[in-house]
Amino acid sequence: MAEKVLMKGNEAIAEAAIRCGCRHYFGYPITPQTEIAAYMAKRMPKIGGTFLQAESEVAAINMVIGAASAGVRVMTSSSSPGISLKSEGLSYMAGCDLPALVVNVQRGGPGLGGIQPSQSDYFQATRGGGHGDYHMIVLAPASVQEMASLTAKAFDLADKYRMTAMILADGTMGQMMEPVELAEGEVRPIEKPWAASGTQMTRPHNIINSLSLVPEELEKLNFARYEKYQTVIDNETLYEEYMMDDADICVVAFGIAARVSKNAVIAAREAGIRAGMIRPITLWPFPAAPVRAAAAHCRAFLSVELNMGQMIEDVRLASECARPAYLCNRVGGMIPSPELVLAKIKEIYGGVK
Amino acid sequence: MVVFDKPHALTDVPLHYCPGCTHGIIHRLVAEAIDELGIEGRTVGIASVGCSVMTYNYFNCDMIQAAHGRAPAVATGCKRARPENIVFTYQGDGDLAAIGTAETVHAAARGENITVIFVNNAIYGMTGGQMAPTSLPGQVTQTSPYGRDVKTVGYPVKVCEMLKELDGATYLERVAVNNVRNVRNAKKAIKKAFENQVKGLGFSLIEVISTCPTNWGMTPEKALKWAEENMIPYYPLGVYKDKTKEAEA
Repeated sequence: MAEKVLMKGNEAIAEAAIRCGCRHYFGYPITPQTEIAAYMAKRMPKIGGTFLQAESEVAAINMVIGAASAGVRVMTSSSSPGISLKSEGLSYMAGCDLPALVVNVQRGGPGLGGIQPSQSDYFQATRGGGHGDYHMIVLAPASVQEMASLTAKAFDLADKYRMTAMILADGTMGQMMEPVELAEGEVRPIEKPWAASGTQMTRPHNIINSLSLVPEELEKLNFARYEKYQTVIDNETLYEEYMMDDADICVVAFGIAARVSKNAVIAAREAGIRAGMIRPITLWPFPAAPVRAAAAHCRAFLSVELNMGQMIEDVRLASECARPAYLCNRVGGMIPSPELVLAKIKEIYGGVK
Repeated sequence: MVVFDKPHALTDVPLHYCPGCTHGIIHRLVAEAIDELGIEGRTVGIASVGCSVMTYNYFNCDMIQAAHGRAPAVATGCKRARPENIVFTYQGDGDLAAIGTAETVHAAARGENITVIFVNNAIYGMTGGQMAPTSLPGQVTQTSPYGRDVKTVGYPVKVCEMLKELDGATYLERVAVNNVRNVRNAKKAIKKAFENQVKGLGFSLIEVISTCPTNWGMTPEKALKWAEENMIPYYPLGVYKDKTKEAEA
C-alpha cells in the first residue's frame, strides 16, 4: 500500500533506498545533500543497517566498493566537489563491474564553486568522470516523486547490469518539499554469485578486480563491457515527451530546467508558437532516438541547462546537426525563469526559417 | 606421512615475486594462520597496489583488488556488509604509509574489526625502486639518488609508533622475517591478529620488516643482513600496543 507524504527530495532518496533494501550507506558531509546522510544516520541503526561517516569522499566510495564487492545493496551521496573526489573509485567500480548507487546533488562549480543548484556535472556524469572507457547509468529526477522512484529504479538497473547507477539531481531537487508516494519495499533480491562473500569452501575463490596486464585480454573486457552498454542503451533509455506531436520548436531539458521549461512551452503555445519538450530521464543512455525523430519536423532545438552548454552537445549529436540547436542557460546557482525560456523560444521562432 | 605441505589457503599459482623477496614467506604465514583458524571459507582478502597487487591470485579465499592506498576503506565496507566474514588487507609501505595514510589512520581510529598485514621494505618495488615513506635516512633509491636527505624530504614514517596513540587500535606489532626466530615470531603475531578479528576485538596491524633485493641492489642474503643491520635498528621489533586482554574482558 502506497502512502503519500510531504518530503524533502534528499529525504525521499534516503527513504526510497531503505525501502528497496539498501542497508549500507557511506558518506561524507557536503551541502546541499547532507539531509541524505542525516536521514541515514537516524534510520540505519534502527533497522540493522550501516551508516558510516567516512574520513573523506575517497574513503566513502571505497567503502562502497567493499560492500558492493561483498554483494549487498549500498549507496553513497555527495555534491559536485565530492563527486570529483569519488571519481577514482567510480572508475574502479566500472572496471570491477560493481553495482551501487551514487547520488550527486549538484552545486555550482568549478572548484569549490557555490552551494546553489547547478547542472554543470553533466559531462562528468555522462562521460564517466574517472579515467578509462566506461559509463554509468545516469538518472535525472525532475520532482521529489522521481527522487524516490528513480532511486528504486537505479538500484534495480545497477544490479541487473552490474553497473554503477547515478542519480544526477541538483540543489533544488534535494531541498524542495513535495508530496511523494512511497512504494512499499518491494525488494527483488538478485543472486550475486560473483561476489566476494566468502567461498564457504564450496566454490573456487571469487576475485573482484580491475587489473588486466595482457593487452589482448583488457581489450576483450572493454569490448564486452561496451556490448553490455549497448544493451542498456537499447532497453533502458527513459524520457518524457510533452506536446511534441506537432512541435516546431523542440525544447530539451532535464531536472529543474525541465520544470521551468514546461511552463515556457505552455506559454509559447498560448502565444501561438508550437513548442514541445523532450525531457531526458536517463542522461546516459541519452534519448537520442526521440531527438533524432524530432529533427524531422522541428525547425530548431533549444537546450535549457544550468551550465554553459553541456547536454546541447548530445542534442547536436543525436540530431546529427540536422536543425540548429540553441542554448538557454543560467549558471553559478542561478535558475532560468520561464520568461527567459519563452523569450528564447520566441527569438528562435522568429529567426529560424 | 606428510610433514610439510603447502597451506590450503594458498593457490597453486606460481608467485611472481623476485628471487629472495620475502613476500613469499609472509604469504605463507598468512595462509597458515587462515588454515589453522579454519576460516578460509569466510575470509576475504584485500589486495593493494604495488608488488602485492596480484595477491588476489595467491590466496584461495575470496579477494578484492583495491585502488592504491584504499584497502582499509574497502575492507571497512566489506566487513560492515558481512560482519561474520574475516577481512584482511595486505599492503606495502607506499600503499599504506603514503597514499593510503588517511585510510590507515581512520580505520585504526574507528577500531575497525579488520586485520592489516603491512609489509615494510623501505622502497617502492613494483615501480622500480623509488623512495618510500619508510625509506631510511641516507637510503639511495631511484628518486633519492644522493641518499634520502631528511632536510629536504623529511623523515621516515614509523607506522606502529604513530598508530599506538589511537584509542581505536587494539593490537600493533612489528615483526621481521629475516631469520628463523623472527619468522616464528611473525607467525605468532599474524595469527593473533586474525584471532583478534575472529573474537571481534577490533583493529590489528602487523608490520613486517621485509626485503627487496632487486631494488636494494643486493643478493638475497645480503638483503637479509641489510634489513637486520639497518632497518631493524630504525624500526625496532616488538609489541607497540596490545589491548587484546582489555577488549576480551
